[in-house]
Amino acid sequence: MELKEKLLSSFMAFEEQIDVNSDLHEVRTSAIKNFENKGFPTKKEESWKYTSLNSILKNDFSVFPKNENTLEFADLKKYFLHEIDTYKLVFIDGVFSSFLSATTHDGLDICLMSSALNKPKYKMVIDNYFNKIANLDESLTSLNTAFANEGAYINIPKSKVVDKPIEIMYFSTGSEAALLVQPRNLIVVGENSHVQIIERHQSLNESRIESGPGLTNSVTEIFAQKRAIVDYYKIQNDNLEANLIDNTYVSQQKETNVSVNTFSFGGNLTRNNLNFYHFGERIVSNLNGITIIGDKQHVDHYTLVQHSTPNCESHQDYKGIFSDRSTGVFNGKIYVEREAQKTNAFQKSNNILLSDKATINAKPQLEIFADDVKCSHGCTIGQLDETAMFYMQQRGIPKKEAKALLMYAFSNAVIESIKIPELKQRITKIIATRLGVKMGFDL
Amino acid sequence: MLSIKNLHASIGDKEILKGINLEVKAGEIHAIMGPNGAGKSTLASIIAGNENYEVTEGEISLDGEDLSELAPEERAHKGVFLSFQYPVEIPGVSVTNFIRTAINETRKANKLEEMPANEMLKVIREKSELLEIDRKFLSRSLNEGFSGGEKKRNEIFQMAMLEPKLAILDETDSGLDIDALRIVANGVNKLKSDKNAIIVITHYQRLLDYIVPDFVHVLYNGKIVKSGDASLALELEEKGYDWIKNEQEA
Repeated sequence: MELKEKLLSSFMAFEEQIDVNSDLHEVRTSAIKNFENKGFPTKKEESWKYTSLNSILKNDFSVFPKNENTLEFADLKKYFLHEIDTYKLVFIDGVFSSFLSATTHDGLDICLMSSALNKPKYKMVIDNYFNKIANLDESLTSLNTAFANEGAYINIPKSKVVDKPIEIMYFSTGSEAALLVQPRNLIVVGENSHVQIIERHQSLNESRIESGPGLTNSVTEIFAQKRAIVDYYKIQNDNLEANLIDNTYVSQQKETNVSVNTFSFGGNLTRNNLNFYHFGERIVSNLNGITIIGDKQHVDHYTLVQHSTPNCESHQDYKGIFSDRSTGVFNGKIYVEREAQKTNAFQKSNNILLSDKATINAKPQLEIFADDVKCSHGCTIGQLDETAMFYMQQRGIPKKEAKALLMYAFSNAVIESIKIPELKQRITKIIATRLGVKMGFDL
Repeated sequence: MLSIKNLHASIGDKEILKGINLEVKAGEIHAIMGPNGAGKSTLASIIAGNENYEVTEGEISLDGEDLSELAPEERAHKGVFLSFQYPVEIPGVSVTNFIRTAINETRKANKLEEMPANEMLKVIREKSELLEIDRKFLSRSLNEGFSGGEKKRNEIFQMAMLEPKLAILDETDSGLDIDALRIVANGVNKLKSDKNAIIVITHYQRLLDYIVPDFVHVLYNGKIVKSGDASLALELEEKGYDWIKNEQEA
């Protein structure tokens, strides 16, 4: 059976299995209808021109995750930022692990989506926010909505600086046969509040051997109320059998500052759909990314910043390093509506190709309907600077290490935007590993 | 120490060096002067192993060992240092971390243990004082946002840290004001010993007032056309390069 058919027929079984309120039933039903009409995106669609899901969809994915896994914290410790100084929501092969998680309801809610969807206490928040900023037309988002059940639910009241970072961890063991998981995250940040969130996709079986293929179709909705500050970090470090489609929708009220930093190192295929919508003045949106891939990996960043209101800013800075036969896509859309005067919208995509066989498709799209705006975009594609290589080699640094230092320097502007020092160290370490060097110091 | 025999080199189809002969012994300071485009920086680059140039004829050896097949880092490990005319900016890597990496890679290549951190700090302190470098400067990203003078001073700081056998200073005086020039020259003089050698490449006599050369060579059109002692530099300063050009074309 084709995956689409399988999903459609699984939907009824799914709805029977979970006891959801009727409002959600309608949401799910219209979502599955949209998916039924549209199906999986194909390369014929402009926005999927460079990314094909065909080969992935041939897998016979199992649609419902199995039971809770029994992994020890010690096995996973290295992937967490802190043992105790973070809130944790841990999912293994799509199943929540209460044992490994550290949730809270003390002054704020950091808990499971499934419990938020089922408990009357959260009904108002769910009614007001669930599926409210997600693009209802987009078929993969609809597919997620239809099956939405598990994921992170974070609700921060107003005027609260969350005392420690929140880690949302999606581990995959790779021990299952082909598995499709669809996390659904809802994050509501109240007025004047501040939160730091890390979302990590990590294969525990780091080699591809003995690992079943996986597909994650994730949807995250983030709502930032007036003057809220949200720093969101995505670490995508799965093995080469894993595929990730990330759909993130950000809704910003006036004077909010939301940053989404995406670090893509792993996976066979990764597609990031990152969408920002503005609902007030003096909003700042930051979209940063570092992509370092090799082998036959493919990472596609598809960004949208919808400037609808005056006096707002957006900054996009994406760095990509591509080796072997890897392929990258950067498609950045900035839409400035007629009302959005005094918009400052900037976009940069800098790429280095380390091999003749690696490719990058970079496509900026600016649609501007206001007349008093500052918008810029720039894409560069290059090789490593030979003079800089010679300089470092002249000081006794061998070619391989010199190359790594240069690539580190190349991604530095984005690394510098990481506001959590421990995370900065972690990311730097992952980058050094990706570049195949061991530095004599913490970069 | 350094022996260059009949060196010819080109970039693409263009021949830049057309038969250079140069002998530099331990304890000596040589100055290479000459007009723009004479091939001074090319010569420096080739000694350091820049692979953009093709050596078509001749040889370069250091203490009797042929350098021609060695990569830039291998030459560096043997004690060749080139102070760049235009040092490269490396964002995110501090001066300290860069020099630490350079030193430990060099030690590793020479089968030595890494320098212990406390010793490294001690040496860094010593050498930065020698060049009157502010400690804050050392934690900045390498050359990023440095003024021309700071970049040059940082080059000589690295030279002080690496203690090369042969140091080539390529236009180290350009971009330096008179105070910085004095500090840098003073540093170089203190690093000078009877075991190492220095080649100073410059347009002007100015630097040579501070770093007094034993020999001065004039490079013109890819060849050394005149050699002499320090007084040659003064003569050049007085008569200008047209003197050399006219003499060559006569």
